Amino acid sequence: MAGPGTSGGGGGGGWRPLLVPLLMPTWLTIGIFLVLPVALMAVYSFLTKEFRGGVIWDFTLAAYDQFFIDRGLFGDEPPTIEWTYIAIFWRSIWQAGLATLFCLLVGFPTAWFIATRPASQRGVWLFLITIPYWVNLLIRTVSLKYLIRDNGPLNEGLMALGVLDAPVTLVNTNLAVQLGLFYSYLPFMVLPIYAAVERYNFALSEAAADLYASRWVTLREIVIPVVKPGIVAGCILVFVPSLGAFLAPDLLGGAKTFMIGSLIEEQFKGSLGNWPFGAAASMILMTLVLCALMVYARSASQAAGQGAAR
Amino acid sequence: MAAVQDAVDIRNVTKRYGSFTALDGVSLGIADNEFFTLLGPSGCGKTTLLRMIAGFEEITQGEIRLFGDPIAGRDPNHRPVNTVFQHYALFPHMTVRDNVAFGLKMKGMDAASRRARAERMLEMVHLSAFADRMPAQLSGGQQQRVALARALAPEPRVLLLDEPLSALDLKLRQAMRVELKQLQEETGITFIFVTHDQEEALTMSDRIAVMSAGQVQQIGTAREIYEAPVNRFVADFIGETNLIEVEVTRVDGDRAEVVLPGGHRLTCPSASRTGGRHALSIRPERMSVVAEAGADMLAVVERVVYLGTDLQLMARLEGGAEFHVRLQNSARIAVPEPGARIGLRIEDGAARLLAD
Repeated sequence: MAGPGTSGGGGGGGWRPLLVPLLMPTWLTIGIFLVLPVALMAVYSFLTKEFRGGVIWDFTLAAYDQFFIDRGLFGDEPPTIEWTYIAIFWRSIWQAGLATLFCLLVGFPTAWFIATRPASQRGVWLFLITIPYWVNLLIRTVSLKYLIRDNGPLNEGLMALGVLDAPVTLVNTNLAVQLGLFYSYLPFMVLPIYAAVERYNFALSEAAADLYASRWVTLREIVIPVVKPGIVAGCILVFVPSLGAFLAPDLLGGAKTFMIGSLIEEQFKGSLGNWPFGAAASMILMTLVLCALMVYARSASQAAGQGAAR
Repeated sequence: MAAVQDAVDIRNVTKRYGSFTALDGVSLGIADNEFFTLLGPSGCGKTTLLRMIAGFEEITQGEIRLFGDPIAGRDPNHRPVNTVFQHYALFPHMTVRDNVAFGLKMKGMDAASRRARAERMLEMVHLSAFADRMPAQLSGGQQQRVALARALAPEPRVLLLDEPLSALDLKLRQAMRVELKQLQEETGITFIFVTHDQEEALTMSDRIAVMSAGQVQQIGTAREIYEAPVNRFVADFIGETNLIEVEVTRVDGDRAEVVLPGGHRLTCPSASRTGGRHALSIRPERMSVVAEAGADMLAVVERVVYLGTDLQLMARLEGGAEFHVRLQNSARIAVPEPGARIGLRIEDGAARLLAD
């Protein structure tokens, strides 16, 4: 929102000498935890792999070559496109997108419900949403696996109730991975949408109804556009970690549900790893995510700009 | 009143929230093309009543009819009324034009016609140049006009205004009063205006309903309500008044004879039909300072406050009651000094005996 009067920090010069020392912690944090690791990863992706893990400092494009180009088992065939990793990427994007969609479908009504409770009750509901997060993700994922396995409580319970005749196999399927991702990241959808809905001015809904809009049209034309920043934040917060997730696919999925996160994780594990390849896959993943976000940000700001200038 | 059909007919309407009664058996009829004001302090139920007409609150008991049709079962989007909200409630993600055209779009008007009508509405509120701005880029007064244009665009039969001027500064508020009244006369739409500001109510309204504690205290024109208040609440709430306790010696229809402090007897219009002790309301500007010989009451001046156009005398009557007198500031009058004994003369018909 390009409101007027948002001039930057152009105030008096009294605090100006303090600017550098005050900003130092921020710069250091960004430098050590963001710039340095990414730079390291970028450099490693161009190095040569060492067989017991680690790298040899020889510059090469081998990691990217391995990712995109198939030269046969012994590297002597004519180069064709390597589909293996692209397929893994595609599956990851699909799974993460689906998880985001499911989280949105469940998270939006949940957030709406919580935000429309009396103020004294909201804290309790939010607390309930965050309780599972007090338990380690690994343990929760293993528990989920136990819950949905062939002779686990879910199948046994459904059979005892007569809903099922034979157990439904969930473990090692895309559905199980989907369930794991949904379960892991749902709160990241609920919380930002909650924050947006809580700030939502319900007089806007009344105004829309007063101007002959049905409930459904009010939701579509007024509510969703106004709380959209919260929805977008929730989608990013679910999509990005889902894309790189490796616990859910590792534990709940099988070979056919392999995702990027697991692929990258394997490259840094034990003596079978390939650090430059893992680094290259990470760089490709990060570039992809960044590009997607930039395209979105540009289209969003253009839409806003059009609204103001039309 | 029954001969011509009312625009809004409110029959014995009650609203309860749990054990709290917000509206207690309110009945009133609002005529078509009328500028009708619901006036009262906060918590008197005026906004609740407005929201019931709009459809945002359920009716606990009673009935509201719009042009003869009961509206109880109809959702807000199926009522031929539009609202100007207290804090405008403009859609922040839409341009001014899209805000104004929203109701037209919902009614199914085609894009070209609604654009033309939105332009016309914006012209009417002098905001044509701002059609492409976002609401956040407008001042409070401009947002207020957009809200007005948005609510008037679908040509409602009744326009509801919920304290629309309360967020504006004084100058703007005064200018908007005139504009609102003009707009109402031009469009011929029934306006129901909610406010706690008596000056606003007096300057714009055809008729005013003074409300307190969930009940209508009095309905009448500005003049009737100011000059012939029925009870203590109305007399005290509208304008400034002196309320003094007097003994009623004789009641004769709508007139009564009372004993003023000091012993003089006065016959005055009365809203009370019973004898005993009642409050007498005398407006401070309907008095004059006279010689003690021909006076209705005697008082001692305690303080003189200079108000520019007026002078306010704060005096104490015989018997100890505090009494205010307002004199127009003029070189022709002699201003009494504090401590002076003065005679007070009540203009004919200016004193009024109240029911409680």
